[in-house]
Amino acid sequence: DQVLHIVPKTLQQVQHLQHLCNTLPLDLWKPLLPENIWTGEDLHMRVPAPVVKEVKDSLDEHLISYEYDLIANILKQDLQALVDQSVPRMGGSPRQGPAGYNYTQYHPMEEIYQWMTQVKESNSELVTQHDLGKTSENRTIYYLQISQASNKNKKIIWMDCGIHAREWISPAFCQWFVKEILQNYKSDPKISRFLQNLDLYILPVLNVDGYIYSWEKERLWRKNRSPHMNGTCHGTDLNRNFNSSWGSVGVSYNCSSNIFCGSGPESEPETRAVAQFIERKKDDIVCYLTIHSYGQYILTPYGSTTKPPSNNEELMQVAEKAAAALMGKYGTSYQVGSTSSILYNNSGSSRDWAHMIGIPFSYTFELRDDGTHGFVLPEDQIEPTCEETM
Amino acid sequence: DIDNVGRKYHLKLVLEDIVEKDNIVNCTAEILYHLDNTNAAPDVHFEIEGELKNTEEQDNIFYNRIKSLKKELVAQNIPDSHGNVPPEMEPIRLLAQAAAGYVVWQNSTENTRYELAQIKRVRQVKRSDDYLEFDYMVLLHEFVSQEIIPWQMTVLWHPQHGVKVTQNSRQPKHAEH
Repeated sequence: DQVLHIVPKTLQQVQHLQHLCNTLPLDLWKPLLPENIWTGEDLHMRVPAPVVKEVKDSLDEHLISYEYDLIANILKQDLQALVDQSVPRMGGSPRQGPAGYNYTQYHPMEEIYQWMTQVKESNSELVTQHDLGKTSENRTIYYLQISQASNKNKKIIWMDCGIHAREWISPAFCQWFVKEILQNYKSDPKISRFLQNLDLYILPVLNVDGYIYSWEKERLWRKNRSPHMNGTCHGTDLNRNFNSSWGSVGVSYNCSSNIFCGSGPESEPETRAVAQFIERKKDDIVCYLTIHSYGQYILTPYGSTTKPPSNNEELMQVAEKAAAALMGKYGTSYQVGSTSSILYNNSGSSRDWAHMIGIPFSYTFELRDDGTHGFVLPEDQIEPTCEETM
Repeated sequence: DIDNVGRKYHLKLVLEDIVEKDNIVNCTAEILYHLDNTNAAPDVHFEIEGELKNTEEQDNIFYNRIKSLKKELVAQNIPDSHGNVPPEMEPIRLLAQAAAGYVVWQNSTENTRYELAQIKRVRQVKRSDDYLEFDYMVLLHEFVSQEIIPWQMTVLWHPQHGVKVTQNSRQPKHAEH
């Protein structure tokens, strides 16, 4: 018997390896299942002696390079090490980023600020950090720009997380997303092609004050923390505060409500910070994504009216594809449609506004789950949620 | 639409066991929302295809465990902020979910969607009969208004007699603190 070590370089190689695993009696050590074979990721398999030649010939034919060891030559310790590596730890292997950052845990704002600094410093050829503006309690809102040096004028994909304080899985996803891109852009052909043509702008936490408040005072807080009525009432729903049919439907004019739309469109500093930036860059932004929880939806414009957007067919097609891909990973089902048709009516949402000013692909993602845990999603669901959404 | 009565919905749905995800049961239901929907819960009639899982063993284990506690059970924040539930609290949580189902039914209209968000606190109440009694303060999340509503529920449970909500009342917003 021999143990083969392979790092597949292309999707075709992955598919061929999966084919071999499914047709020959191969003992896959790492990963455990053929469907988890990925480009750029180590593969270890034990090949029974009778089929060693057949397997190697097949790999040679497909130009797949490999290293091998005779099993008899593998020292007991090496074998044990391989076995240990391939057995998943509880809840999946926590992928480690800058200085051992745990992406399968929720992090308070201080740690997220530090994480952004570390990410930009250890990936300075790709990542820059920028100041978008200040919150109502005067904290800084940062976004990360992931941009490969090139003489091409690239289009932009914008993604913001954490507009609603209690939706903790949302900032967790933004951090995961950044980590995945930076870990795999050299080895994953899809991601490297992506970055050749597009710049990614990621805002991990938009509602910084609210997020901190949900950690320190009230876990289920939603709005920002701007004071009203002489400080007797706090918070505007930032996702009702944008200038898209502002104040018309699905809102309250009362500060004590969780869907209080503010004193006027863009009354909140957080809203203005995002809106001013996107307005400036709108000619280059092809896609606006805003990440929420919960409900498992991919929502298209509009919430303020049932009249469909001009490019509705294309918007829906892309969203359906995304939902199908998402479901393919762990079977999680997402519903696709406009907010006004599958959820409720609401005006002043960032997603509606982005589309109204001309950004063609504008989506709200409502991540896991469907209500069983709601906003308080257990940490052991961070990894599968992020992997399927990725 | 039914004139002068209300609106009826015919539903085909699948029930999924929260504990054992592979355990699913088909269900058909008829819901009637009354025209004059103040204070009247919607009428519900349903039929289940097949049988629900038998939980007699786990029910008795939980029942005996609580009955043998020296002091009444008291707990807060289930799940906690990070979504964790200590394993011994899982039945307390499932009981709350069942009881909350009743409260949600009694307060639903065509324009509401309620989910149980969190148990703020639960307190066992000693009884002289065979029932277990728990006084819950839970938080319900309402989708359309996005509000978090504190709600008090008094819940009785017995392994053979099931769940009863003997008292429930909506609380003012800051009641959970």
